[in-house]
Amino acid sequence: MLRDLDFRLAGGGFYFLTGPSGAGKTSLLKLLYLAQRPTRGRVRLFGDEISEAPRDALPDYRRRIGVVFQDFRLIRHLSAFDNVALPLRIAGAKEDEAEGPVREMLAWVGLADRASARPPTLSGGEQQRVAIARAVINRPELLVADEPTGNVDAEMARRLMGLFSALNRLGTTVVVATHDVGLIGSTPGAQMIRLENGGLVDPTGILKNPPPPRGMS
Amino acid sequence: MLPWLFASPADRRLLGGPRLRGATPWLIGIMSFSILIIAASGLVLANTAGLLTRSIQSRYLLEVPGGGVNLDALTAVVRSCPGVTNVEAVPQSEMRRTLEKWLGPEASNADLPVPALINFDVRSGADVHAIEQRARSLAPAAHVSAHRDSLAPLLRSLRILQWVAFGLVVLLASAAAAAVVLAARGALDTHRFTIEVMHGIGATDLQVTHLFQRKIAIDALAGGVAGAVLAGVVLLLFTTGASFAQELTGGAFLTLGDILILALLPFALTILATFVARAAVLAALREAL
Repeated sequence: MLRDLDFRLAGGGFYFLTGPSGAGKTSLLKLLYLAQRPTRGRVRLFGDEISEAPRDALPDYRRRIGVVFQDFRLIRHLSAFDNVALPLRIAGAKEDEAEGPVREMLAWVGLADRASARPPTLSGGEQQRVAIARAVINRPELLVADEPTGNVDAEMARRLMGLFSALNRLGTTVVVATHDVGLIGSTPGAQMIRLENGGLVDPTGILKNPPPPRGMS
Repeated sequence: MLPWLFASPADRRLLGGPRLRGATPWLIGIMSFSILIIAASGLVLANTAGLLTRSIQSRYLLEVPGGGVNLDALTAVVRSCPGVTNVEAVPQSEMRRTLEKWLGPEASNADLPVPALINFDVRSGADVHAIEQRARSLAPAAHVSAHRDSLAPLLRSLRILQWVAFGLVVLLASAAAAAVVLAARGALDTHRFTIEVMHGIGATDLQVTHLFQRKIAIDALAGGVAGAVLAGVVLLLFTTGASFAQELTGGAFLTLGDILILALLPFALTILATFVARAAVLAALREAL
């Protein structure tokens, strides 16, 4: 359970969310990617108050958010290609419009030759890369990732963080929940949010007074 | 027009699984078959009642209890009355043959009083009372009764049976709708994970609903048409192969209009199933965040 949280994320910032298991990282991420509403308090996203936004308004916000789930959440009966293409299709892209970007994204995560494979036939690392490709295919304004490098080797982890950084440079706000301290150290300019017992540890005060936004408001 | 019905191959893959699987096509097929048979029965009853009503509308019976009258002379009197269009005397021999079924050989006994019966039709506006008066000049005991009065209870029964058939059709359609609601909820449970992922990525309720609406529409159409074809075969066998059908209905069968109504029923059932599925899925999705 989260309590007494009061912070702002700067648009275009890069944040690592850390803390021990059970500290509330996943709950906080769920608030960010609109899988939950707060029982009390307010959440503002993209400049809008969304805590009590009508249900019909949520899809538009969700389309601006990319999410990498810890358990990947890939649809088992769809191919890797179809899983990655899903956000584009939901946003209204036609079959031929999705083809190029999806092939490109799969190539980028090293799965060009696994496009027609279904998740159960992919390794954990491959599934994670498909999940990441799906999360970023739409160039989201906010990217939320829960342990995105937990199942990939060091080289792939470095490449994925490079992708996140590239997106961040284009204006995407990135929030990555991780236990990997090395990951935090290797991302210049990233801020760290630490949660303990559902509360925020912010000794420097950076979260209450973030720097001006770079790419988004 | 109906873009949800023409989903892209990618959209069709979202729910996965082979086509026409599950209980929905079977349920709708059975409902469609039952509805068509009952509706056809109701329509035949309506046609029979109509035929009967038309044939007895202007028909009267002149009866002389105990007989003992010159039937030919009485027939001539009736025929000469203004407004009378057709006269048919029931021969004594026919009366006795009918009575034989109850009385046996005793029916041929000349001492047995057999009533004299004459059926006649009149034009609209004819004075039936005057006809009765003229008949009484020859047979004082003669009296005239309208066929529609004596057959009124039968006609009432036929009308009631029509409404019973209509009620059964409505009841079965409601049962089909309820079954579709259950099937839709079952499908939602089966695909809960896919729906959660789609919602998380930004799918609207309507986008998710269209997937299920389309699947149920196809299942319902397949089941409905299959049930209708089977019902058509049964009706065809019944009307062409069973001689007692003719006796049951008095020769009234389905008109072209009736057949058109019956042919449209499976499509009406499909439309009902589709809209019920849409409402059920939308309602279920709104229970989630």
